[in-house]
Amino acid sequence: MKADFQIWRGDASGGKLVTYSTEIAEGMVVLDAVHQIQAEHANDLAVRWNCKAGKCGSCSAEINGIPKLMCMTRLNELPLNKPVLLLPMKAFPLIKDLVTDVSWNFRVKKKIKKFTPRAADAADGTWRIFQQDIDRVQEFRKCIECFLCQDVCHVLREHQLHDAFIGPRFLVHVAALEMHPLDTEDRLEDVKKANGIGYCNITKCCTTVCPEEITITDNAIIPLKERVADRFYDPLKMLFRFLFRSKKIIK
Amino acid sequence: MTGEFYNMSTFDTYNYDVLVIGAGGAGLRAAIEAAANGVTVGLICKSLLGKAHTVMAEGGIAAALSNVDERDNWRVHFADTMRGGQYLNDWRMAELHAKEAPDRVRELEAWGALFDRTKDGRILQRNFGGHKYPRLAHVGDRTGLEMIRTLQDHCIYQDIEVHMECTIITILKDGERVAGAFGYEREKGQFKLFRAKAIVIATGGIGRAYKITSNSWEYTGDGHSLAYNAGAELMDMEFVQFHPTGMVWPPSVRGILVTEGVRGEGGILLNSEHKRFMFNEIPELYRQQTADNEEEGWRYTQGDKQAKRPPELLTRDHVARCIVREIREGRGSPHNGVYLDISWIKTKMANAADHIKKKLPSMYNQFKKLADIDITKEAMEVGPTTHYMMGGIRVHAETQMSTVPGLFAAGEAAAGLHGANRLGGNSLSDLLVFGKRAGEYAARFAKENTQGNIDDRQVEMIAKNALEPFDRTEGENPFQVQFDLQEVMQNLVGIVRHEQELLKAMQELEKLYDRFSKVRVIGNREYNNGWHTALDLQHLLTVSEAITRAAIERKESRGAHFREDHPEKDARAGNCNLIIVKGDDGQMVVKRVPVRDMPPDLKQIIEDMK
Repeated sequence: MKADFQIWRGDASGGKLVTYSTEIAEGMVVLDAVHQIQAEHANDLAVRWNCKAGKCGSCSAEINGIPKLMCMTRLNELPLNKPVLLLPMKAFPLIKDLVTDVSWNFRVKKKIKKFTPRAADAADGTWRIFQQDIDRVQEFRKCIECFLCQDVCHVLREHQLHDAFIGPRFLVHVAALEMHPLDTEDRLEDVKKANGIGYCNITKCCTTVCPEEITITDNAIIPLKERVADRFYDPLKMLFRFLFRSKKIIK
Repeated sequence: MTGEFYNMSTFDTYNYDVLVIGAGGAGLRAAIEAAANGVTVGLICKSLLGKAHTVMAEGGIAAALSNVDERDNWRVHFADTMRGGQYLNDWRMAELHAKEAPDRVRELEAWGALFDRTKDGRILQRNFGGHKYPRLAHVGDRTGLEMIRTLQDHCIYQDIEVHMECTIITILKDGERVAGAFGYEREKGQFKLFRAKAIVIATGGIGRAYKITSNSWEYTGDGHSLAYNAGAELMDMEFVQFHPTGMVWPPSVRGILVTEGVRGEGGILLNSEHKRFMFNEIPELYRQQTADNEEEGWRYTQGDKQAKRPPELLTRDHVARCIVREIREGRGSPHNGVYLDISWIKTKMANAADHIKKKLPSMYNQFKKLADIDITKEAMEVGPTTHYMMGGIRVHAETQMSTVPGLFAAGEAAAGLHGANRLGGNSLSDLLVFGKRAGEYAARFAKENTQGNIDDRQVEMIAKNALEPFDRTEGENPFQVQFDLQEVMQNLVGIVRHEQELLKAMQELEKLYDRFSKVRVIGNREYNNGWHTALDLQHLLTVSEAITRAAIERKESRGAHFREDHPEKDARAGNCNLIIVKGDDGQMVVKRVPVRDMPPDLKQIIEDMK
């Protein structure tokens, strides 16, 4: 049986959708079809991939309009009576065909304050950490950095506010650091200002597309928003800060 | 049209004290260490940062922390590693590895890694094939991801310049020593010249030389071939590890890894007659350590310290061959595999399904999503898959420097630690222990030496050669040549080998060399996967030839190398390592070197642990 694939071909200067037809077999995923097309019809078709097992997060694309990993999307999940539409991620600048420039993400991470552990406090020179205290952080650390959550987030995708908002991936990263039982750094001021957490209005699109099924919004972003609210918008604390500052001025 | 390709003035030049090629576990650890030693560091990633194959490691990091079983210590780990490698390992590397692995794991924790915990809050360790005691620090079945992310997130705050999606095509030398490297970046296809005082090769494996493999497109033996062509010696190239359990169905997922952790958690191997065939044959070397019956095996996986390990947890070479035997003798599963069953533990525990999902989450997902199989309810179908290269660049045990001054190697690209067969879990610890050492000694070398000169004409010639496939108006599809090469290696130089087939493979490789010289690339230089495949072919051909030549030369069966025509171990003639080096005439030469004599104290350890 053959199936048709409409793939975006082109670079930043322009391009078009090209339809390819290829033989499909039981159990195939979208990435298999793309590889077959590349080997048989379009050797220079640009596609980024590595593990082909949903563990490295390289082959992110938009399949019939939905951000997904090509290696984990089975063809039998898709209607094959019409062409399967394959587009590169929209939130990032296009390099070529299905490949986008995701380097912004790597620059964003560098600006987040690094992990800073407290001094080792167990007799053997390490720490004692209990499983129940790290279940949540381990969930965040499942992230494979496929950047599909960044791609679907309207703040980045529609409004292109890459300078003001770090996106769900890095809010998860910050949450993992803030909730890490050993970490001593304080990132809340950054979360509020530089990281732009206020731009997130909890539409949960990021959670929906996460291939690792991390509950990004509920478990990472909302608790961070609560911490920010608690620190900066608690009326009593605001009053205290106001009085404290006034006193300093009087002095 | 070709004019723009030959515009040599467009390539950028970078200067570093230490250039690290490869950004998986070993490369990242080497880069971090070199930077910590105060030298300038460049780090080359063939893909994006954090996507290297280390991410696929599932089971854990072997280190004798003795958190779960206090009887464990570096001596036991050393003896296990040597036994697993059939005593062809470099004993000094095995010693350093066993001694230093615990510190390297604790260091990861200090950098933010969060391993699964014991009840008293220490790092939890699990059972794995060939390890006497529970030894693998892990995070569910995604330990590699935890490790690479921890190293990545530590590395980005150091003074390390990262070149993502960049591939090295040649190592440049000044006389005997290294002077730099030349490569291209994927996005625009522009060349890059790196001048460096020392180079660390950490490019990983060669899995793409085979059709059925757990390795991604990157693992084309680049580092092995770069070092070989720079005059370095390769060693133990006949030892390719076929992991016993890869997925076999559906066809598109064939080769994807199924972690040994499944067996560590109690999973059993069954044939089509529903027999647990691993009890049929226990190798002499392991008879004392293997369970007498199924009940004892189960107790071992559940932490009973009196119990011996089940035969499913014998070394990978043995388990893979037993699986092949079942399939060949007609007792395989419908898709040419055998069954791996973890669901049976529901007869042993109440909350088995939840337990499996907690301990093996990615395996659960992988089978659910890719094969429509719920591993908590039914057995998986599995078969051997090309997984790991024991052989590699021959290095000095302590410094990791190759036979070429200034050229270092670490991780899978280096040889020595694993001998004839690697134990599961010893790879991640290898990356950390020897990645650190390579970074440290490369930095030292860079401090003690000046920058070598680079011959511009040589660089222009390499660039010209690399662009040749664009000029051909007719020629072969590079993907097709790669497929055919994989077919040859899979069929003729696989798990079970025979002299006649190996000689046939040599003839086929010669034809493939010829076809490689005629491949044609279409399109332009921007992110052109066809071009990249064409350039990778030369590395694949070099390592394939090295594997085949060494396999012909080793006329015995040992570890991962099994010769149907010489099925026994040859204790006398086989006690050597095979060295591959480029001869003066440019031809590949195979040499034998006897295994180095072990010092008495280490010999005693092995004797004590028998």
